[in-house]
Amino acid sequence: MTQRNRQIEGATPDAPVHGARVSGGVLSLSGRLLIENIAGLSRETGEARAIDLSEVSHMDTAGAWYVVDLQRRMADGDDAADVTIRGADEAQQQLLETVRRNMPAGDAATIPRRTLADRVEALGRKTVATGRAAVELTEFLGQVMAALGRVVIHPSRLRLTSLVHHMQEVGWNAIPIVALMSFLIGVVLAFQGSVQLRQFGAEVFVVDLIAIAVLRELGILLTSIVVAGRSGSAYTAAIGSMKMREEVDAMRTLGLDPIDILVVPRVLALILMLPVLGLISDVAGLVGGAMMSWIELGVSPAVFQSRLVSNTDVWHFLVGMIKAPFFALIIGIIGSYEGLKVGGNAESLGRLTSTSVVLSIFMVIVADALFSVVFALIGI
Amino acid sequence: MQDHGQENDAPIIKVRGLRKAFGSHVVHDGLDLDVRRGEIIGIVGGSGTGKSVLLQQIVGLLTPDAGTIEVFGESVQAKTADEYRALRRRWGVMFQDGALFSSLTVRQNVEAPMREQLDLPDELRETLAGIKVRMVGLEDVAQTKFPSELSGGMRKRAGFARAIALDPEIVFLDEPTAGLDPIGAAAFDTLIRQLQAALGLTVFLVTHDLDSLHAICDRIAVLAEKKVLAVGTMAELMKVDHPWVHEYFHGPRARAALETKDTGKAEKVV
Repeated sequence: MTQRNRQIEGATPDAPVHGARVSGGVLSLSGRLLIENIAGLSRETGEARAIDLSEVSHMDTAGAWYVVDLQRRMADGDDAADVTIRGADEAQQQLLETVRRNMPAGDAATIPRRTLADRVEALGRKTVATGRAAVELTEFLGQVMAALGRVVIHPSRLRLTSLVHHMQEVGWNAIPIVALMSFLIGVVLAFQGSVQLRQFGAEVFVVDLIAIAVLRELGILLTSIVVAGRSGSAYTAAIGSMKMREEVDAMRTLGLDPIDILVVPRVLALILMLPVLGLISDVAGLVGGAMMSWIELGVSPAVFQSRLVSNTDVWHFLVGMIKAPFFALIIGIIGSYEGLKVGGNAESLGRLTSTSVVLSIFMVIVADALFSVVFALIGI
Repeated sequence: MQDHGQENDAPIIKVRGLRKAFGSHVVHDGLDLDVRRGEIIGIVGGSGTGKSVLLQQIVGLLTPDAGTIEVFGESVQAKTADEYRALRRRWGVMFQDGALFSSLTVRQNVEAPMREQLDLPDELRETLAGIKVRMVGLEDVAQTKFPSELSGGMRKRAGFARAIALDPEIVFLDEPTAGLDPIGAAAFDTLIRQLQAALGLTVFLVTHDLDSLHAICDRIAVLAEKKVLAVGTMAELMKVDHPWVHEYFHGPRARAALETKDTGKAEKVV
């Protein structure tokens, strides 16, 4: 065994550490047959019919593979497949035997190349999977709506502590970021709008621009995007890690419905808090816009206020508010659904968390577009 | 085992006066341990006696508060990053449940240390990794699978393959048979024994499995009262008078394991 114990202190890097030489039909190997050397070793076997290892000082698994591989090559060249190995000590013999038993059978375990048919198949599978996911998501939506209905009929089923906790998490704690973001959006809108409107002396219309943009679209849309990134991902991660540790299964065996306990309070918290956040966002956006109009255009807060009140229809505000609970439902449902889809490994948790955020932002924007169409049709 | 070279009688791992505390909770205090070259040493102890903590300190994942740890006669602590890397190449660690990289296939997991430490041609690296995967008894189809597609026992085997990827001199195994069925655990014991003989390994085995202790350990070290309470062969430890040690080696499960060993000795090929 000592032959193979690398002795770092004894190694002289400059000296030749390995070699192969053929003489008299014997291939003599010498030196250190170690994993770091064997890539550079010759595979020339010449006419040799035997391998002599008596001068080999060190040999590891890679070295043993090299010897066995040489032996195979020599045997392949000739029908008399009788290539002997000699001069190996007991430990080397054992190692050679172990490696020989475990030599790869051939070019096994290579990944086949992808053909066009494979790609078409993958596309088809993906399409079907997407369709199935949509059906499943709808089914899940139905389950949650049924659970919400049960809560309405029997309010005692509601987990009040959990609901309040989540309302604080997704609502109260999100106020600073939502308010700051909307304030800045108001500032940017006022600034960009004033530059354009000043060209034809219509500066004062900046108030209408800000009011309609913030109240009708941006306030609630941007809030939803922030909440999807903040809370939707947290829902997926929290429910997903509970799923991973089999807590969800444990709940089922105890006769508890995970939808009642995990999903309903979360979705309900979002439905209640997103309109509030939207309102805060609207106010912050208007304040930012008013401030920038004052600085940039000299529109005083009093003028801004009176123009806002007289010129902006209240429906602009209501349109924004009507959308809020629907966006909340989308974010909550997708966040919880992706969480419950997490499998046994950490990788799926990360993948589904990012899927959850991307999908809920996408669906929120799709829903926003649909709302625009509907509101346009009914003339609001 | 006896044919192992004795040119170097110094212990391959030497721990002296080790102290480790987490806050006010002292895990080790004045712990001494010698591991000899070429042996399989089993580390046992009750839950929370710091078996895994000891392992982590020896491989440098945790820093001891006091005391010295020498591996191959060199101190593990006082090392530059480069020296530590060179030292680390000479041991392999298998964590509980394998700790495989979940984004890599089994073979890529085994290739990972080779890729990190050596500059090998791709094909050669794949071949060598393939041999290691076969050596731990995994089928060829397992090579291109991801860890999440494997059973617990297969993950442990793959973790073992990664630990021996670079032909280390020492392998540290953290509870290799925990969570395996008795047949799988016995097969894993045999595997450790076979590879230990074939590769000339020194094995540092943290375990709770009395069958493993009986079947493959040359010596056993008992951790209790913050130190190594006793070291010796199974027969020696059977005679130790300490209550915990006595309970451990004379309890009903220990007796059962001992009987199995005695009756099964004849046909067991190790």
